[in-house]
Amino acid sequence: MLKLDEIQKRLLREVADLHEVPEGAYNIRSNSQSAGRKSTAHIEITPKTDVSGLDIRILPGTKNESVHIPVVMTQSGLKELVYNDFYIGEDSDVVIVAGCGIDNCGPQDSEHDGIHRFYVGKNARVKYVEKHYGSGNGKGKRILNPGTEVYQEEGSSVEMEMVQIKGVDDTVRTTTAQLKAGAKLVVRERLMTHGEQNAVSTYEVFLNGEGASADVVSRSVARDDSYQKFDAKIVGNAACHGHTECDSIIMDRGRILAVPGLEANSVDAALVHEAAIGKIAGDQIVKLMTLGLTEAEAEEQIINGFLR
Amino acid sequence: MLELQHISFQVPDDGGSEKEIIRDVSLTVPDGRLIAVTGPNGGGKSTLAKLITGIEKPTEGRILLNGEDITPLGITERARLGIGFAFQQPVRFKGIRVFDLIRIASGKNISISDACDYLSSVGLCARDYVDREVNASLSGGELKRIEIATILARKPSLSVFDEPEAGIDLWSFQNLIEVFRHMRETIRESSILIISHQERILNIADEIVVLRDGALAESGAREEVLPSLIGTAAAVGECERLDPLKGAKKPC
Repeated sequence: MLKLDEIQKRLLREVADLHEVPEGAYNIRSNSQSAGRKSTAHIEITPKTDVSGLDIRILPGTKNESVHIPVVMTQSGLKELVYNDFYIGEDSDVVIVAGCGIDNCGPQDSEHDGIHRFYVGKNARVKYVEKHYGSGNGKGKRILNPGTEVYQEEGSSVEMEMVQIKGVDDTVRTTTAQLKAGAKLVVRERLMTHGEQNAVSTYEVFLNGEGASADVVSRSVARDDSYQKFDAKIVGNAACHGHTECDSIIMDRGRILAVPGLEANSVDAALVHEAAIGKIAGDQIVKLMTLGLTEAEAEEQIINGFLR
Repeated sequence: MLELQHISFQVPDDGGSEKEIIRDVSLTVPDGRLIAVTGPNGGGKSTLAKLITGIEKPTEGRILLNGEDITPLGITERARLGIGFAFQQPVRFKGIRVFDLIRIASGKNISISDACDYLSSVGLCARDYVDREVNASLSGGELKRIEIATILARKPSLSVFDEPEAGIDLWSFQNLIEVFRHMRETIRESSILIISHQERILNIADEIVVLRDGALAESGAREEVLPSLIGTAAAVGECERLDPLKGAKKPC
């Protein structure tokens, strides 16, 4: 942390709620270099030798420990592709906090493409939090393309919280998951785009074993001239439960495309999709105005609540 | 004190001409008084509430709050001057918690325990509600009571309630009467205007105003006006109106 300047520290606060060196295992990546790394008795973080990235090995039975692997970029024109692989041992229960903050004040685009692969052992529980944030007023774009692959063994449980609220100009998020029997995946995505931003989020979840379940829910707000595409597909290959939901608020000249996708290859697959896109209800704004808020303040409260 | 001076409100109808919803209504709500507005459905009661709160603007006439002409002011400005409004159909919000709504209503950074006091006043077990979202998971009666709690938190100088009894169960209704009775006893510099058909609400009013076809049909002290309304659509018993399955005239 000593190597970080104020802007980098601010980015860390935004993406990982980090105010100082985190507890537990961590790796902080700053402008393509490691600014600090720590393994613990149960969690080993080692850099990859063939490509850029990390191997994170969590021993079986590791309980109530956390891993922080935030990334900050402040050099304009930097483009990087990083592979992080998580090997999560059986019966472990861990929190993994990732996230990327880009501050680009320069003329060239800055881009971080992070590929995260999760190999989740039997009956392991993982909570994964990923926040994306962009700042800086340079002409260069702030680009983030996260790719997430999840492989869940029997009885494992993964909860993913993906948040991108501000400042990222261009993002293509691709998430795939393969679930064995009794495995459970919960995804909560919150997205806000503004200006002329573009965000594409694609999910492909395969429920391969009996009793597997997935709940993929996206709440998003598209403001100004921004564009969003939410493409969520759940494939049921066994007796399973799948639910996907896209709930969006559209404002100004924003555009949103929601593409529901369900594929049942087993007669016992129960799959549900919900999608709703609409502007903020007029009576919601009026109600908050009768409580003394201006129209703009009312809109902010409604959006903040919606994206909570 | 609120004064309506010769208020009229017209909207264009399908045929291209003007339809008059409110016709030359003049009304005063003095400080420390509870005024009930009743009358048949479609008589213009809810429109009157919207004109007072600034959701609609009158086509003619003036509205004064404590002597100040507020006719040109919008919803926010009127709210900040002290007009509170409980909707007939409370609004639901995804993600906004009951606590958030009460905090916004109070206009300051209140504590959870302050918010709980307001919820308790409307008969809700505060601990169970303060963290819940104001969304479709709440029943009509719960929402209605939360709506009233926001008015208590706001402490307006004029509180307007649009059919507070609509959509709530009988138990909640008993509780509601107590809430109004308490407000009635504690208001000094403030006043309350309730739109209602309920005999029991009319019974706690100082004055009753009857609005029919957009015009003031009758107004005066409760003792003078109420006897002629009993048994009509303007003043019904709670059982008759609250349970739609039982029909409007059938006693419970």
